Amino acid sequence: MVTLKVNGKTHALDIEGEMPLLWALRDEIGLTGTKFGCGIAQCGACTVHVDGVAMRSCSVPVASVAGKNITTIEGLASADGKLHPVQAAWVAEDVPQCGYCQSGQIMAAAALLKEKPNPTDADINGITNICRCGTYIRIRRAIHRAAATKA
Amino acid sequence: MGHIEPVSGQDTLSRRQFIITGVSAAGGFALGFAFPGLASARPLSAAPWSNDAVASNEINAWIVIDPDETITIRIPHAEMGQGAGTSNPMLVAEELECDWAKIKGEFASPNRNVRENNVYKDQNTVGSRGVATSWQYLQQAGASARARLVQAAANRWNVAASECVAENGAVLHKASNRRFTYGQIAADASKIKLDKEPEIKSPDQFKLIGKPLPRLDTPVKVNGEAKFGIDTKVPDMVYAAIMSCPVVGGTLASVDESGLAGKRGIIKVVKLKDAVAVVADNTWRAMEGVNALKINWNYGPGANTDSAQMKQFYRDGLSEPMVEARKDGDAAGVLSKAGRIVEAVYEVPHLAHAPMEPLNATAHLQGDRLDVWMGTQSALSTLQQGAEASGLKQEQVYIHNAYIGGGFGRRSKNDEMVQAIAISKEVGKPVKLTWTREQDIRGDRYRPQAAVKFRATLGPDGMPLAVETKLAVGSINRSLGRPVDNGLEGQAVDGIANSAYKIPNFYVGGVMKNTHLLVNFWRSVGGSQNCFFYESFIDELAHAAGKDAYEFRRAMVDRVDFVGVLEKLHDKSNWKQKLPKGQGRGIAVAENHGAVVGTVAEVTVRNGDQIRVDRLVVAVDCYHVVNPKIIEAQMESGAMFGLSAVLYGEMSVKAGQVQELNFDTYRVVRQAEAPKIEVYLVPSGGKKWGGIGECGTATIAPAIANAIFAASGKRVRELPLKNVKLSQLASI
Repeated sequence: MVTLKVNGKTHALDIEGEMPLLWALRDEIGLTGTKFGCGIAQCGACTVHVDGVAMRSCSVPVASVAGKNITTIEGLASADGKLHPVQAAWVAEDVPQCGYCQSGQIMAAAALLKEKPNPTDADINGITNICRCGTYIRIRRAIHRAAATKA
Repeated sequence: MGHIEPVSGQDTLSRRQFIITGVSAAGGFALGFAFPGLASARPLSAAPWSNDAVASNEINAWIVIDPDETITIRIPHAEMGQGAGTSNPMLVAEELECDWAKIKGEFASPNRNVRENNVYKDQNTVGSRGVATSWQYLQQAGASARARLVQAAANRWNVAASECVAENGAVLHKASNRRFTYGQIAADASKIKLDKEPEIKSPDQFKLIGKPLPRLDTPVKVNGEAKFGIDTKVPDMVYAAIMSCPVVGGTLASVDESGLAGKRGIIKVVKLKDAVAVVADNTWRAMEGVNALKINWNYGPGANTDSAQMKQFYRDGLSEPMVEARKDGDAAGVLSKAGRIVEAVYEVPHLAHAPMEPLNATAHLQGDRLDVWMGTQSALSTLQQGAEASGLKQEQVYIHNAYIGGGFGRRSKNDEMVQAIAISKEVGKPVKLTWTREQDIRGDRYRPQAAVKFRATLGPDGMPLAVETKLAVGSINRSLGRPVDNGLEGQAVDGIANSAYKIPNFYVGGVMKNTHLLVNFWRSVGGSQNCFFYESFIDELAHAAGKDAYEFRRAMVDRVDFVGVLEKLHDKSNWKQKLPKGQGRGIAVAENHGAVVGTVAEVTVRNGDQIRVDRLVVAVDCYHVVNPKIIEAQMESGAMFGLSAVLYGEMSVKAGQVQELNFDTYRVVRQAEAPKIEVYLVPSGGKKWGGIGECGTATIAPAIANAIFAASGKRVRELPLKNVKLSQLASI
């Protein structure tokens, strides 16, 4: 039995401790906003927050995050549905194209802004999430916009 | 702006193809009413599954107007990021004279398309066709609906339709100051039969088309709601993973399943001709199950190949007999008597598509019905492929198309679906098959490998007098089981044989050669290699002539689209302004998928070998602009896609097996490598509408290679750059 706290809700799951968090979220809990892209922590499509820190859930065994506060894209907006400033900036810049990587991109950006409320371009370059649609320049603009909104 | 001729002849759609229904059959349900209060923020639903049923009161097809004034527009094309989910409704709404804020999009049913005699026409979203070949019938759909609404209101008022006007979601009879909203008369309008279809607007009459409207799919793509194929969950569904033979063309010999003993959740091992799948109760357990198998393969003849051998295979092709694609004047004759000949060989490798969403399909095969949930670019041909694979009739096949996590051409041939159908048949349940990233790249159908040899000579004016082009390239048609008419397919020479440059003696020939690897359409298709080849070689000729690379090109074109793109690039890139030492600027222009596109790249070369792309200036003439924001995004996207290929893209082969199977080895551009991009639209109007999904990739490679030459004097003749040591190349 593994207990996962996801978006404020507790889930007691009868699963293997080595199951990657990604698949527990997607197949066991049914939160499919977190995506599978590579399975080896390269692309970041599976990025979630564990105790506020961005982590690549495809390579995090559930046993290692039991009881910790896990936030997925579905839990990023506030309870009343108000978008997180990063999500709002993504809308304002019309960032997504295919959209598949964007949950991970948004989670990575939100974690960056938490750590560095006014990130430089070099800080933003530290996000290594892959977008095959190449939305990088809009992502950069949106992160700066979100920083400006928050400040 | 040019005049658009009224739709006529075969393009005229019969009126039964356009309807308005008073009641939303499924539109309401499908459009996110599951999220009360937030529905208004979701003009495209999170789960895009189309409604396959026909309501009893529905005649057919495109537009549904609810009593609450919500207008549902059915979208025939797939949404894979290229924006058809927004641009298609814009084309309909332009004619409908409605409130854009009331628009909801719904994806059109491929099954209905088959059952109802191709009512949604071309549902294959390939070849940059989402707008380029659809605008007329989408406009017609809106115009037809508007005319019926006007007629319905006129009938109620007992006045002539010509006295009424449609405006902002209502019909007005200004003479009597009366008004019906569309919602009030939609039921009437659905029964109206028009004597003749209305003409559609010409571009000078557009009010909505051309506006930078926000994408309709953004709201569901920032909160995790958008459902991609991989997110499918249907009752009683099981999960599968698969491994195909690492050597394409090989077959499965035997499987030792003993490694599965004691593993949790394993349901079944399914053996296919060239692959083995494990079915389990969770995706990860299925993938782990595949890893636990000991599989013996019959690799077949493909195992005797490697990268060096394949490279030689295409080089050898350059001296084989060519099939002629274009012949102006007598290039061979001129070259045989020429003094100075400029010649060069260029090469590119196979490339994977690697869309962010690995290929997947959920199939449920029952006795008389096949359901497939997946993201496919080609819903209609996918349906036909599903019928073939299942042995059912086309009308018994239901393709529920999802948001697509990247297509780039890969999702136009559905190997994953064929496998999922076979597995579903074995287990008798709905099966979601998810390819691992490794399977996605191993099982890809790649951008063809190619080589080219150019020979050219300049005339007394320093301009090209004769250019001879000989190409050897993989045949996509052959890989798809299609004929190669006359021995050479159009896409093999696209970007060269159709060049707009005026060269008096111009020859293009090609030879189709396939390895065991399968090849397919890859964003910009022939342009992806041929524009690199030709626009680099043109640069070599400009240098040989001692002429400016921009002026050299400008002197060889007189088409308004080419001139417009070149001049815009020249102005916006500050072409004439010198860059510091170690930096260089390169230009390239081409026609691709019906649009003319050009790029100026600025690069920095450090320490002789380190290359950085600093800035890309892109100009495009796609003739008509539906949504400038989406076009800009597509140019940015195409540029990044091209840049990944330029810097890193290659499939290297050992013992017949592709080596780069995940993003650690198949590197793509990330944020830190993304250059500044500026995009300029220079639509020149006219009768033609261009495509925008692919062309943005075509001129990236040559612009960068030409910029590297300007910066370093070193000519890059093969890609990717990761394999190129500039310091070891001869200076020219």
